[in-house]
Amino acid sequence: MSKILLHGTEAICEGAIRNGCRAFFGYPITPQNEVPEYMSVYMPKVGGVFVQAESEVAAINMVYGAGGAGVRAMTSSSSPGVSLKQEGISYIACARIPCVVVNIMRAGPGLGGILPAQGDYFQATKGGGHGDYHLIVLAPSSVQEACDFTYRAFDLSDKYRVPAMILADGMIGQLMEPVELPPMRPLSDIPKKDWATDGGYGEDRRVLNSLIIKPEELEPHVNELKKTYDLIAENEKLCEKYMTEDAEIILTAYGTVARICKSAANILRKQGIRAGVIRPITLYPFPSEAFSEAAETAEAFLSVELSLGQMIEDVRLAVNGKKPVYFYGRTGGNVMDEEEVVKAAKNALLKVRAGE
Amino acid sequence: MIKILLAGQGGQGVLSAGKILAECGLKEGKEVSYLPAYGPEMRGGTANCSVIISEEPIASPLCNEPDVLIAMNGPSFHKFTPRVKKGGIVIVNGSMSDCYAGRDDITVYDVAANDIAMEAGDIRSANNVIMGVLVAVTKAVKDKSVIGCLNEKFIGKPALMEINERAFRMGKEAVISD
Repeated sequence: MSKILLHGTEAICEGAIRNGCRAFFGYPITPQNEVPEYMSVYMPKVGGVFVQAESEVAAINMVYGAGGAGVRAMTSSSSPGVSLKQEGISYIACARIPCVVVNIMRAGPGLGGILPAQGDYFQATKGGGHGDYHLIVLAPSSVQEACDFTYRAFDLSDKYRVPAMILADGMIGQLMEPVELPPMRPLSDIPKKDWATDGGYGEDRRVLNSLIIKPEELEPHVNELKKTYDLIAENEKLCEKYMTEDAEIILTAYGTVARICKSAANILRKQGIRAGVIRPITLYPFPSEAFSEAAETAEAFLSVELSLGQMIEDVRLAVNGKKPVYFYGRTGGNVMDEEEVVKAAKNALLKVRAGE
Repeated sequence: MIKILLAGQGGQGVLSAGKILAECGLKEGKEVSYLPAYGPEMRGGTANCSVIISEEPIASPLCNEPDVLIAMNGPSFHKFTPRVKKGGIVIVNGSMSDCYAGRDDITVYDVAANDIAMEAGDIRSANNVIMGVLVAVTKAVKDKSVIGCLNEKFIGKPALMEINERAFRMGKEAVISD
């Protein structure tokens, strides 16, 4: 199949629809309005449901219902809207309902601004809502990946009965690039769900609930969740390594920023500095092994983010004190360019060589 | 690899021209990226987009140092000209801007796109006049790809197709005859 030019938001929708998503619930917020816009046109065409909910809270609870009934369901929003969804996400995680939540991050905190940012890393990976839970978090860095990862998110979420999140910065949403779309998957091809509340009575009656009031029942339930998260960590960690084998300095970033880091690494190499890039693709589970491995040979790490420094905490845990980890970040919707990263990388090397 | 920054006033067709460029690159089997700036602008505000056309996979989609700047009006010309790479090219719509760049390490093409567009039949085709200039000067994409894209875009409006194609060709001639 030949490639077509698509917006990141449209690619996310195509990835969802082509892997059986038949229910979308959303509420408008910049910079992801093209997602509900696209879904409002294409959901009815494939026999699916589109609802513009009265709020983000309503939208996530509609996902709870649809997902619980066994339908592949999705909602999307941007940072402040995703904060509103957190209660619902925690309930969904406890009730073990698969679904996909898309967060096209904008600058925060608060209502912040509408330009790209990566300030929701903690919220996405550490459990933004209450209680012990995790999401499977995928971070696309191109429009093709926006499509492919959304497609994949539905399978992962169904497989483990853990909600999945697509965490992308505002640039991914607006970027247009060539995409090769996966074929439309027939619904009959999607594995049946023997737990879904899809209308059984009597012996077939099934219950999905996030209220487990007896401590002797809640503890084993939470422990089961833990087992699932461990299994996900064992099977699903993904990252991309770019020129890391001989690197003196490892730049690390996710999403669009990783592409800026690749350009920076190319510039650094031309100037005789051996730079490499590790790009986590799954932010949860975090691909820590790639970092501990690189810590054997690299002199220093530089975490580059559109935040005050969030992923750097996971990088430090993974590097485990073996080598210094430095930080370069921009906030407020400003995006660093390659030269800023080049300068920060050189500074990091100077510092480590001066023993700072 | 060529990095092109297109800037102008909302409604001048800057984003459409950028999309057409990206589509042309795609038609020619190249790697492309199109990144619009989506600030809180309203109609009449500023608009700009970054287009990269490359033989290799594109790393960063940003054009902070473009090879080519297309400036459809004065404010865009003065805002972005300092950012153009040494030895780069600026194509400025002379109908809506002066052409004093304040630096001599770039080449400025001053084309009265609005006037030419009116001559072609519709002032709204000024963006395609500039596309003609761009293709003539940089050969970033082929004529037939642009014409093909315009054909697809105006499939239901043959009169507009004709005007836009004429605008494109007049843009090309404007610089070739210089």
